[in-house]
Order: sequence, then C-alpha cells, then structure tokens
Amino acid sequence: MIVFDKVSKSYGDSVVIKELSFMIGKGELFVLIGASGCGKTTTMKMINRLIEPSSGKISIDSQDISFTDPVMLRRDIGYVIQQIGLFPHMTIEQNVALVPKLKNMNPAAYMKRVDELLNMVGLDPTLFKRRYPSELSGGQQQRVGVIRALAADPPIILMDEPFSALDPISREQLQDELTGLQKQIHKTIVFVTHDMDEALKIADRICMLKDGKIIQIGTPHELVNQPQNESVIDFIGRKRLQRNHSAYSGHTGG
Amino acid sequence: MDTILGMFEIFVDDWNNVLMLLLEHIYMSFTGVLFAILIGVPLAVAMTKSKVLAQSIQVLINLVQTIPSLALLLIVLIFLGLGYQTVIVALFCYSLMPIIQNSFVGLSNVDRNLIEAGIGMGMTSRQLLFQVKIPLSMPVILAGIRVALVIAVGIATIGTLVGAGGLGKLIYRGIATSNDAKLLAGAIPAALLAILLDSVVGRLEKKLNRSRRHAA
Repeated sequence: MIVFDKVSKSYGDSVVIKELSFMIGKGELFVLIGASGCGKTTTMKMINRLIEPSSGKISIDSQDISFTDPVMLRRDIGYVIQQIGLFPHMTIEQNVALVPKLKNMNPAAYMKRVDELLNMVGLDPTLFKRRYPSELSGGQQQRVGVIRALAADPPIILMDEPFSALDPISREQLQDELTGLQKQIHKTIVFVTHDMDEALKIADRICMLKDGKIIQIGTPHELVNQPQNESVIDFIGRKRLQRNHSAYSGHTGG
Repeated sequence: MDTILGMFEIFVDDWNNVLMLLLEHIYMSFTGVLFAILIGVPLAVAMTKSKVLAQSIQVLINLVQTIPSLALLLIVLIFLGLGYQTVIVALFCYSLMPIIQNSFVGLSNVDRNLIEAGIGMGMTSRQLLFQVKIPLSMPVILAGIRVALVIAVGIATIGTLVGAGGLGKLIYRGIATSNDAKLLAGAIPAALLAILLDSVVGRLEKKLNRSRRHAA
C-alpha cells in the first residue's frame, strides 16, 4: 500500500504539487491523469524517489520511504517509461535481466524467468532473446519494457505514459495485454497517462490532477457518472460522457 | 620512377631496419595515445560532474594544442632529456584534446531518458557509468581515439630530432642527404600506418554504431 500524506513539491517559487493526500491499495491499477503540467509525472516519480518531495510524507507498506536507500527502493519498484528506455547496446535478454542482475539474484533462475516473461507477452524467446531493441517494432519494444519492469518480481510498478508513443492499434493491444496480465500478477501499478480513453479502459481507480491538486479520485464508473465539477467534465469530455454513460450504466445497478 | 624503385630497394635490402623503425614508430604513438586514454577518459567523466572543471580543462587543452609540435617537443626536452620518453609525453599532450573532447561530448549527450531509466531501475552511479554511459558513448570516444592516433603517427615523425627513433629517422636522413628514395621509405610507411589505423578504428566505430542504433 502506498500512502501520500500532504505531499508538496515546489521548484523555487512555483508550487507544482500542493498537499496531495491519497492512498493506493495493494494490487490496484491506479491511474494518474491530467493535462500536461498538472504534476502527474512528478507525483509518480516521488514514489521511487527520482524526485524528492519538498514537504509531506510518502510511505510504502507503512514505511516512510525518505528513510530508505533510494537505490534499494528502486530495485523493488518496476519502472516503465514513455520513451521505452530499453538500452540499445544490450540484447533483449540483457535488458530484461538487468534488475535481477543488479539484485545479484541467481542467474539460472532469472534466465528462466526471462523466457517465461517473453512467452507471457507473446515474444518467442528463441527468436527475440539475442536481438537488439532496434530490431524490434515499437509495440514489441514496449512489451519488453513492461516485462523488464516485472523481471525482479517487484510488488509495485510505475508506468509513465508507457503506450503514448505507439500507434493506436499497438496501444489498444498493449492496454488489453496489461489488463490481462494484471489479472494474473496482481501488482500495485501506478500508471500515468493523459489519455482518458486509456484511463477509463484499464484503471481500477483514477486520480485526476489539475495544477498539482486532486480534483477527483474514483473508479472509472464514478468519474463518468458522478463527475464532481466542471474541470472533470471538461477533461472527460461531454461527448465521451454521453457515450460512456450508457456503457458504464450497464453494470452499476443504478 | 627511380626514386620509387630506390624506395623499394631500401625496403628489400634494409627491411629489418625499416621494420624496426616502424615498430618504434608504433610503440611511441600507441604509448602516447594509451596514456592519453587512461588520463583523458576519467578526466572527461569528472568534467561531466563539474562545470568549473569542464571549462578550465577545455581552456587548458586548447592552449596546449596551440603550441607548435616542435616547440612542445623542445619544452618537454628541457625536463626529460633526449629519448623516447620526451616524444611519448609530447604525443600524450596532443592526444589529450581529441580524446577528452570526444569523451566529454559523448558522455554528456547520452540520452537523458536512458539515464533516467537506469537510475529508476536502481543502478548506482558507478553502474550507470560503466553499464550505460560509457558503452553508449563508445562510438564517439573511439572517434576521438582515431583522431588522436592519426595525429600521433604524424607528430611521431619529428621524434628523431630529440633522439628517439621511428620512421622520422629515415625521412630526416633523406632530407639531409637529398636522398628522395630514403625520404619516401620513411614517409610512405608512416602515411600507410596512419591510414590503416584510421580505417581499423573507423570500422570498429561503425560496428558499434550498427548494433547499438538507438531504439526508436
């Protein structure tokens, strides 16, 4: 469980995050959404201490993370970035095995795991293991990006707009695969996006940010059916609200 | 035509002497460049961490580069006397600039996203340096080493003036005795050596670039 307790972040005079307080449950797929500059990525990067909060406290499983060693903390948190971030000078196998190797895990065990993970996302290990990232399509690369984050079996995974650079078809496929995967692995996933369709499709809960403040937290159903103010309605979009209202009213029971 | 034939005559009749001078030439050039790599690359790493250091070193190595090679050789001669060591130190000074410059540019231009991915995955700064930054800037560093080697092979020809051997010995003896065949017997192997090193290291660079093309 990840808890934010009155977390703020400012750079000089400009405050980018204003007293955020919320919690993310274990095994939840939690989406942070908002327009660019709303602080969603900053919020996410504070969880693995790529950015340090100016004030407030973040804890994981009731341990204040500001007292942990950031390197050790990060090895227990999977990280997927928008630009894919596969190392071009390493093979697919070396990329996926990176964190287990950093953690000095048993090579025989993690090599087996690399094969399992590649199979899990439909990439034949015998074909892909020895290839370099540049030899894969964008969608294949980001599948590798996702399984790389899973390789050391971390309880938490952070995903920073992981599918936004992909073409619409690959994006939809990867979204489906992610939700399918999540049903098997039950990780706590913090997912940053600016794409409302994506958020509504994959999220257990959505946290909508504006100017560094939370404007609404809730399930996709709650956001669509009970948007709390004009900003939420604007962001979801009136058209989509009408369209999704019918789609989401099916399993609400009123 | 006669001079060309004369040159080949020297290669055939005096091959062991030419070979020895060539080996001396290679020894001086390689040692100078090797020390420049050993000092230059770590220095470039330090430069990426401190702006003040980066600027002061850049001023310094540019300054050294403006000293004419003969003058630099004589300055070093004052301290180290005649012999190989003087040439090697001079070659070291000249090799530093391309190696430091390229290593610095290469290291500072590693994709920020990849660096952040490395940090985010839990690499220590040392792991980041050796597993990400240096391998990714290798093609650029190698380009610097290539330039340094070519410069070193060229400058090593004046080594003979301070009592070191090398192919310069044949060249200067050829000049002194107006023997063009002798001059060419020194100049042509030196030129070929430079071309060979340039293409070998250039090929290595290309090979690295091919397998390490940036993930789109």
